[in-house]
Amino acid sequence: MAKANMTPLKTKMPEQEPLVRARNFNEVTLGYTEEMAVFEAGRCLECKNQPCVSGCPVGVQIPQFIALVKEGKFIEGYQKIVETNALPAICGRVCPQEEQCEAHCVRGIKDEPVGIGRLERFVADYAIANGGVATPEIKKNGIKVAVVGSGPAGLACAGDLAKAGYSVTIFEAFHTAGGVLQYGIPEFRLPKKLVSTEIDTLKKLGVEIMTNMVIGKVLTLDEIKEMGYQAIFVGTGAGLPVFMKIPGENLNGVFSANEFLTRINLMKAYKFPAYDTPLGQYKKVAVVGGGNVAMDAARSALRLGAEKVSIVYRRSEKEMPARNEEIEHAKEEGVEMILLANPTRILGSEDGWVNGMEVVKMELGEPDASGRRRPQAKPGSEYILDVDAVVVAIGQTPNPLIKKTTAGLATQSWGGIIAEDGTGATNLPGIFAGGDAVTGAATVILAMGAGKDAAAAIDAYIKQKG
Amino acid sequence: MFEVLEKRELNEQVTLLKIAAPFVAKKAEPGQFIIFRIDEEGERVPLTIADFDREAGTVTIIFQKVGKSTVRLGAMNVGDALKDFVGPLGVASHFGGEVKKAAIIGGGLGTAIAYPQAKKLHSLGVDVTSICGFRNKDLIILEDEMNAVSDKLIITTDDGSNGNQGFVTTALENEITGGAAFDLVIAIGPLIMMKFVSQLTKKYGIKTIVSMNPIMVDGTGMCGGCRVTVGGETKFACVDGPDFDGHQIDFDEAMRRSQMYKSQEKQSLEDHQCKIGLGKGEN
Ligand SMILES: Cc1cc2nc3c(=O)[nH]c(=O)nc-3n(C[C@H](O)[C@H](O)[C@H](O)COP(=O)(O)OP(=O)(O)OC[C@H]3O[C@@H](n4cnc5c(N)ncnc54)[C@H](O)[C@@H]3O)c2cc1C
Ligand SMILES: Cc1cc2nc3c(=O)[nH]c(=O)nc-3n(C[C@H](O)[C@H](O)[C@H](O)COP(=O)(O)OP(=O)(O)OC[C@H]3O[C@@H](n4cnc5c(N)ncnc54)[C@H](O)[C@@H]3O)c2cc1C
Ligand code: SF4
Ligand code: SF4
Ligand code: FES
Repeated sequence: MAKANMTPLKTKMPEQEPLVRARNFNEVTLGYTEEMAVFEAGRCLECKNQPCVSGCPVGVQIPQFIALVKEGKFIEGYQKIVETNALPAICGRVCPQEEQCEAHCVRGIKDEPVGIGRLERFVADYAIANGGVATPEIKKNGIKVAVVGSGPAGLACAGDLAKAGYSVTIFEAFHTAGGVLQYGIPEFRLPKKLVSTEIDTLKKLGVEIMTNMVIGKVLTLDEIKEMGYQAIFVGTGAGLPVFMKIPGENLNGVFSANEFLTRINLMKAYKFPAYDTPLGQYKKVAVVGGGNVAMDAARSALRLGAEKVSIVYRRSEKEMPARNEEIEHAKEEGVEMILLANPTRILGSEDGWVNGMEVVKMELGEPDASGRRRPQAKPGSEYILDVDAVVVAIGQTPNPLIKKTTAGLATQSWGGIIAEDGTGATNLPGIFAGGDAVTGAATVILAMGAGKDAAAAIDAYIKQKG
Repeated sequence: MFEVLEKRELNEQVTLLKIAAPFVAKKAEPGQFIIFRIDEEGERVPLTIADFDREAGTVTIIFQKVGKSTVRLGAMNVGDALKDFVGPLGVASHFGGEVKKAAIIGGGLGTAIAYPQAKKLHSLGVDVTSICGFRNKDLIILEDEMNAVSDKLIITTDDGSNGNQGFVTTALENEITGGAAFDLVIAIGPLIMMKFVSQLTKKYGIKTIVSMNPIMVDGTGMCGGCRVTVGGETKFACVDGPDFDGHQIDFDEAMRRSQMYKSQEKQSLEDHQCKIGLGKGEN
């Protein structure tokens, strides 16, 4: 190994100027150049015990791929990653690296960790642009397997099963595949062209995608079995929006983050009227919540032309579950953070439109079950924010449709499907589940990992069944 | 793609299309709806399943051309195809076994949405009185179809041009005071009509089902855009409805929410009419 590059800071990734990008939907970060990638790769010490790998839910061979980048072997680096991660262009962009791989990087003890995510993104983009994405030879075994839902869990499961020779059909409720990658995470953070490239790669593996198939309504899991599918993977995500249950939540101008983001991303409301789906012009938008979803909604609101956008979060910035980079980006773009504040009611005009939101100040008490300090309201500290739209981004739970229409399927009291760790096996034979449908709202990479585990378990299940 | 197999203009504003959609036809029940999208740029628009044929694999929709999407849908011809057509969505109407005599109230286009329910009740042996109201006689739709599934059919017009001037509420009250012992009223039409029918039947203590048509996006319970307040609780019309107890609905809120996109809808339609060379039509 050449002498390591001991530069303390991560190589910065070029990005659009904050005040420019806050008004367009183009990707915020622009990615490394080849030189930057090689330079950043040089910061990796190629540690023998590879602590970073233990932080990656799918075990990407980090030092190995980075070593290839150092040598300028970008396509080979890409191939190294896809041995364990089918969607590197996506993960490189959206993984919460600071809590996963990069959190364990030894360089991070004294300086900044190696920019693993940025390097992963670079090699994936490079491979896509330079035709390095090869379609493997597959020997079909003629056995049919069904996947319900086309988010990262379903895509990862389908990909692995197809490579193992199965004839895979994905049933997707929406008219477009991709799950949250398509309708949730906005264009400026994850270009939809990338998502469709990844989906095309799956199609080249022979995966069939049937859209407009709301399972539980159009077909039940039992009917899918009757159609000759030997096993079913359920990766239907956590799509049910949670509202605050405070007065005024049904006023015009109050949206769930799901509705707000779906109108923008999936239905392209930001291109209205060229696309038919409207959203409306709001000047002062409050987004309630502190996760990635809240950041995405707030930054989307800015891009739609809002003059002022605020995040209202009941704890402090330290407790925000969003990726650091998203919080930073949001602040740079001018999103105001109203911390330690919780909405108590939404106020409306006579004809039913939002014209204010009352919040109460909060203080942090003892840590709760999640280890975060529990916020408590300070009575009498209520005040009113001047807003004309409110986006509620306080969480999602699994949609009950599959549960309601599948007799005997075991679920948690909050709706998550109960599935075995490491295999995704549910209590029903031949039915596997994974991703947000099992864990509740989590991350892309965890969903993918669950999809891959289930693919291996389905393969074993079918072989053992004979 | 979902092909248009048959097209009929029911009046100058209302069109019937029969669409090839075998998966939808297989499961469809009265009270359920579909969501269509004409093309890649199109919005997702909900329409009630007006009829279906499981063997032929077809679904009939009947719609009023009120805005860009429905105007464009109305311009499609036999042989054209829709990009997306998903369903059946929503909960099928379940008519609690004990119904003996039902009144089906259709307001304008609501008549088309009420038709499959009348048909189902009739086939179950329920005594069906249908009361359908229209602005004038040229707008009357589905008269023969409703007749075939009703023991009694009353058609009113706002202007009296069919010889029976009045609102559906008046006709319904006349029936009730005249001794008709309805144990169920199904009212489908404009919100304001459903509100007044519900007020009336509440007075007489008759169970009333209305069909709520709020603005929707996904139709699967994912966005919450379709929320309505029923008995003080928030419900999602696409998965909990669209049928609800009319005595429990907050109609005033529903009316306000239906106005949410009024100005953009107008812009969208005018834009479309300019592009296809029509003047600014009225709507
Ligand atoms: C706005 C937003 C931003 C996020 N940002 C990040 C981030 O930066 N980093 C990160 O790691 N994670 C992020 N997440 C979380 C991450 O996207 C999810 O954890 C992940 O997508 C879950 O994958 P999944 O495959 O389990 O489900 P989903 O992606 O939700 O996909 C489920 C799919 O199933 C379909 N479906 C549902 N029900 C049915 C049915 N009955 N029949 C057929 N199909 C059905 C849905 O339409 C959908 O396509 C974000 C989430 C959101 C909403
Ligand atoms: C479950 C359900 C079933 C429906 N069934 C039928 C049906 O069988 N036949 C039919 O003609 N229509 C039906 N509708 C209404 C239909 O979806 C709307 O007319 C359609 O969305 C209008 O789209 P547009 O682009 O043509 O008009 P837009 O430009 O969207 O709207 C034009 C006008 O229609 C009003 N409008 C918009 N959306 C709705 C809505 N959801 N309900 C009522 N008014 C609306 C607007 O306020 C505006 O005045 C149904 C709606 C729902 C939710
Ligand atoms: S997949 Fe995510 S966690 Fe794993 S190495 Fe890549 S960026 Fe890190
Ligand atoms: S821990 Fe950091 S320095 Fe060590 S191999 Fe992993 S990325 Fe390289
Ligand atoms: S239309 Fe989205 S939840 Fe009902």
